[in-house]
Amino acid sequence: MIRALGWVLRRDLLLAFRRRGDVVNALVFFVIVVSLFPLGVGPEASQLRNMAPGVLWVAALLACMLSLARLYAPDHQDGTLEQMLLAGEPLVVLVMGKVIAHWLVSGLPLVLMAPMLGLQFDLPGDALAVLCVSLLIGTPILSLIGAVGAALTLGVRGSGVLVSLLVLPLYVPVLIFGAGSVGATASGTGAEPHLLLLGGFLALALVLAPWASAAALRIAME
Amino acid sequence: MSKSQRFSWFVFSSPQSFYPLAGTLQPWFAALAFLLCAAGLYIGFLVAPTDAQQGESYRIIFIHVPAAWMSMFIYLVMGFWSGVGLVLNTRLSSMVATALAPTGALFTFIALWSGALWGKPTWGTWWVWDARLTSELILLFLYIGFMALQAAIDDPRRADKAGAVLALVGVVNIPIIYFSVQWWSTLHQGASVSMKSAPTMAATMLLGMLVMALGFWMYSIAATLARVRCVILERERHTDWVAAEIGGQS
Amino acid sequence: MNWGSWQNFFAMGGYGLYVWGSYAVTLVVLIAEIVELVMRRRGVIGRLAKYYAARRRNDETEA
Repeated sequence: MIRALGWVLRRDLLLAFRRRGDVVNALVFFVIVVSLFPLGVGPEASQLRNMAPGVLWVAALLACMLSLARLYAPDHQDGTLEQMLLAGEPLVVLVMGKVIAHWLVSGLPLVLMAPMLGLQFDLPGDALAVLCVSLLIGTPILSLIGAVGAALTLGVRGSGVLVSLLVLPLYVPVLIFGAGSVGATASGTGAEPHLLLLGGFLALALVLAPWASAAALRIAME
Repeated sequence: MSKSQRFSWFVFSSPQSFYPLAGTLQPWFAALAFLLCAAGLYIGFLVAPTDAQQGESYRIIFIHVPAAWMSMFIYLVMGFWSGVGLVLNTRLSSMVATALAPTGALFTFIALWSGALWGKPTWGTWWVWDARLTSELILLFLYIGFMALQAAIDDPRRADKAGAVLALVGVVNIPIIYFSVQWWSTLHQGASVSMKSAPTMAATMLLGMLVMALGFWMYSIAATLARVRCVILERERHTDWVAAEIGGQS
Repeated sequence: MNWGSWQNFFAMGGYGLYVWGSYAVTLVVLIAEIVELVMRRRGVIGRLAKYYAARRRNDETEA
């Protein structure tokens, strides 16, 4: 079973590596969206510092959501997904492998990029650190929840926008506590409760989301 | 009646037998809804006194709170029937879930609209980012997502099951979302600005709210029964009994 | 609750716009739902009647 997970993981990473453009596009989207906000509201430092956690987190949400189109759709189109369903391995394991690959390629770069963008918003050092940690815990949750949405809308007309409609309301708790942790650090009240709650959400998502996504895949491929 | 002919409620689990039952029950629920809402409005406007703090503007709660209760209740019922349809593979359960969604979404909208109109005289702004209103807004998105997903999928059985997975994921998430939004709201605004700090309920006010809630409940049942009848006709159009039914109608 | 006069009732202590705005929109929404249901039912029956008529004609010409 671990072998199957490793196989799916390696395959997805290899495919992503071959199409680096897709990966880089999502990252560039993140950077551009974050840069748009100061242009929209003005360069005043204290206002930007207040906005920063929310802006960075929302941009990360949107970037993650855009990259969901790459999760199942290409495999569905070339028939690999059908083979995965027919394989003897538990579908949950294969889904988990795909989600891990998706996070490594779409979520982790955001975590690494965030400190630089945080500096644009004049965030202090400790807030930057908490931002990274919150994104590190939060982006896997986004990938996990997104996997459910992507499976539900597999092959459906207009699935791009539909996925956002389904998945963004479910992202709200992650957003609240992710951005809240950075805000709490900036205001001095301590980010620990937020990060612990995020960790709790991650644990819950790890257990439930692959199972829901696998169920949705079976429904989509019947 | 011999033992082999024992009546079972499961006989109504087929669309063909449920259709006439729904047709018979629907007018009764509609009548109950009308009576209960009339009674509720009577209590709300002619029995309940003026509130000391909020004056007459508090009377919006006779719409706002029952609508909010119904919006949440209908989502849970929708999730339940969706789940039953997914697990037991019954078509009718999924049809009922599909029929429930628009009514639930409308009550969510009513809760949001009345909440905004209550917020303006009470707190001075047209929109208050308090826990309940924000949660209602997200609930509206969940309803719209469910309806959009089912509308986008052509195959009805796949639409049923996909909608069921989405509704169940939503049901699990609703307490999490409510808790998160509640925490966020108290952190940013403090407990003073909250729809919950409504007037300390005089008994008549509470009674008015409960009666209106019952009225809305009866209305939801009547509307859902009417809608599920349409859904049954559309989905079962290839069967003989629907052909006979339509033949008799036109 | 004694309102005194119809004027007082409609004014709602100055909050008339908000109270009646809520109730009016609620009524409009619920009535719109009922109208939509009636129209949907008529639409379904009409469409299905045409569908069955066409199917019958098709069967007759084939027979």
